[in-house]
Amino acid sequence: MRFGLSEDQKMLGDMLNKYLESNLDLEGVRELTGNDVHHSPAIWNALAEQGALGILVPEEFGGSGLGMLHAEVVSETLGRHIVPASYLGHAVLAPLAIQHAGSEQQKEKLLPEIASGEVIYGIALTDVVMNRENTQLSISGGKVTGDSTFLIGGQAAEKLILATAGTLILVEKSAPGVTVETLTTVDKTRDFAVVRLKDAPCEILGKEGGATDAIETVMNAGRINLAADTLGAAQAMFNQAVEYARVREQFDRPIGSFQSIKHILAELITELEPSRSLIWYAAHAFDEVPEEATAMACHAKAHVSEVAKNITRATTEMHGGMGFTDLLGLHFWFKRIEVNRQLLGGPEITRHHAAVAQGWAPEKITAA
Amino acid sequence: MELEFGPEYDEFRAEVRNFCNTLGKKTQHGSIRLGEYRPTQEMVEWQATLIEHGYAARTIPKEYGGFGAKPDIVKSLIISEEFVRSGTRGGIQNQGISMLVPTLLEVGTEEQKKKYIRATIYGDIVWCQGYSEPGSGSDLASLKTKGVVDGDNFVVNGQKVWTSSAQFSDMCFILVRTEPDAAKHHGISYLLMDMEDPGIEIRPLVTMTGEAFFNEMFLNDVKIPVDSIVGKRGEGWRIANVTLKYERGMIANPGASASGIRGVADMMHEETLSGVRAIDLPVYRDRLLKLQARSLANKYHGLRLLSNDINKESTGVEGLIVKLSATYLSYDIYSLAVDVMGEFGTLYDGSVYQRKKDWMRQYISSFMGIIGGGTAQIQKNVISERGLGLPREPLVKLDKSGWELLRKK
Repeated sequence: MRFGLSEDQKMLGDMLNKYLESNLDLEGVRELTGNDVHHSPAIWNALAEQGALGILVPEEFGGSGLGMLHAEVVSETLGRHIVPASYLGHAVLAPLAIQHAGSEQQKEKLLPEIASGEVIYGIALTDVVMNRENTQLSISGGKVTGDSTFLIGGQAAEKLILATAGTLILVEKSAPGVTVETLTTVDKTRDFAVVRLKDAPCEILGKEGGATDAIETVMNAGRINLAADTLGAAQAMFNQAVEYARVREQFDRPIGSFQSIKHILAELITELEPSRSLIWYAAHAFDEVPEEATAMACHAKAHVSEVAKNITRATTEMHGGMGFTDLLGLHFWFKRIEVNRQLLGGPEITRHHAAVAQGWAPEKITAA
Repeated sequence: MELEFGPEYDEFRAEVRNFCNTLGKKTQHGSIRLGEYRPTQEMVEWQATLIEHGYAARTIPKEYGGFGAKPDIVKSLIISEEFVRSGTRGGIQNQGISMLVPTLLEVGTEEQKKKYIRATIYGDIVWCQGYSEPGSGSDLASLKTKGVVDGDNFVVNGQKVWTSSAQFSDMCFILVRTEPDAAKHHGISYLLMDMEDPGIEIRPLVTMTGEAFFNEMFLNDVKIPVDSIVGKRGEGWRIANVTLKYERGMIANPGASASGIRGVADMMHEETLSGVRAIDLPVYRDRLLKLQARSLANKYHGLRLLSNDINKESTGVEGLIVKLSATYLSYDIYSLAVDVMGEFGTLYDGSVYQRKKDWMRQYISSFMGIIGGGTAQIQKNVISERGLGLPREPLVKLDKSGWELLRKK
């Protein structure tokens, strides 16, 4: 019996971590994001070389056909280093969408280019989770019209997968009638966009209306990997706060010797470590325990979002005035965690889905 | 991730399951609660059956009356899982079995092991623990109950508190200051006291639940033979820490909250507010879901720690957080139950309209876990100092004038 990461998974994390430690420090992140670059070809190539982009693509289509825990390790490491890269959209959500909704021909054609990273994919799911702007996509005769919000990774993407009730479609960004407009969020380490379509040529993945289960699977993968990204980012903030508490002196003593500080850190780690265990299990359930997959993915995401929010608050406070400055840079992690929290459904909505999955709540959210 | 234990353990599970199905006695509702009464004849007999099959005193060597199996954490887990799953009654649980016996096995003399272990695990000798004092709780090593050698005996005077089971115990393992001139942690001895001594007075200590699980124990010229000592004079603190290790393991069961969640979820499906089931009210349901996530996190965290143990991987800070996390969660679960019940959640002592499941009592009782065996605040010191490597609070002893200066400010 082994509950936890395999040697193989640990090695993947260590390798990626080493690469990022020597190739992307905070100044590097500042430089990229300061110039509005959310996709660094250097980092993208490194991810491709380490096989990170093809983790969820089956071997027959050029990937390594590994499981969700491998993907979790990558997401956690990217979160820890606040990496500007649309790993989530391209390497987690898009391949699963194609794998579970697409036809054999689509898989053969599209999955290899995802695994190699040659063609970059973006994906928009938000409008099927919680539609705020009454957006909709009308598909007819191979053409699509309408808007799709919160495309993940719009800047570099060349192909876009868009979700509408029960259906997933593929659109080329360069096609006529496709406009991608940046959505500026508080988190500068990743980019989002709204896709506006007017009679744009599109391809349905599989059959129209046949992607309901695929969308749920893709959503669960998104929840798990957002949870992992948050976990890595929260651990990074926590580690910085512990280090600061050890070295920062006031009243002639390290502030970490004050119980007002050390007890808060004890409370935070008491919440953070079990949430790591929950995320690991959610990733395991995604691959091996399908009947628990949705509830576990939802719980993992909602729970770590709450735990990480406590960490963002307390570690920012603990750094005093410095915590509020741009100079220290703690805010990069703070903002990434905040966007992860809301992406694909905030904690309340996500918990609602966990309740639905257990038969504790009706599926539809209706006005009282 | 490999969650199977392997064929050897599947076989063992089948064996335990078969025992539960054929010979197993069912749990009686609320039958065995720590510190309520001496084991009945029926419990003593059941205990003997369990030891014979290796489901109690499993790793105690045969020569001291145990089953003599090699320690195997997975088998212990399987036994506990199968007993809970089938509702089979467990063995006798008390502080003698869980704390004194492991301590004697580790540091007792051969004579002490022979004299006490068999009788304790079979329920013939019941022990209580004489550690805490009114002035020595979190700072246990400051204890003042003193023992002075007079001939063949320590003559002991002082007061102990939180001594559960003292009113019906035969013996007490007790910490006594026998070396008044030694440093705080080096002046304590670990003694075995006969509760028959006329100098012992027991007074029940009623807690906020209205019950008296605990006692105060007053010691007035109590005589303890000098050879009734575990280890050497002045070593009591070290030996007590051997025992405390076992107590922490007893209180912290990371999977225990799952049944609490199930209980509250079931109740929320039955209880109605103006005709609407509590589970259908999102305000309550969201709180339940939040707690379910914490409970699941603790459950899988427990598996992770078990896995570290089985695979001989080191466990750092993640092992120190279990008690704090589990006991606060338990508090929050029963807190929700009382809130869902509203006014009816405050009904107590078998009042009309009170439900069979006594949520208020469970809610109040959850403080026993938070405080007992090292308060939440002490746990936070342990986690941050031992787990995160943060510096200790400086230990500065202020004399009288120092304190007066502080107060004037």
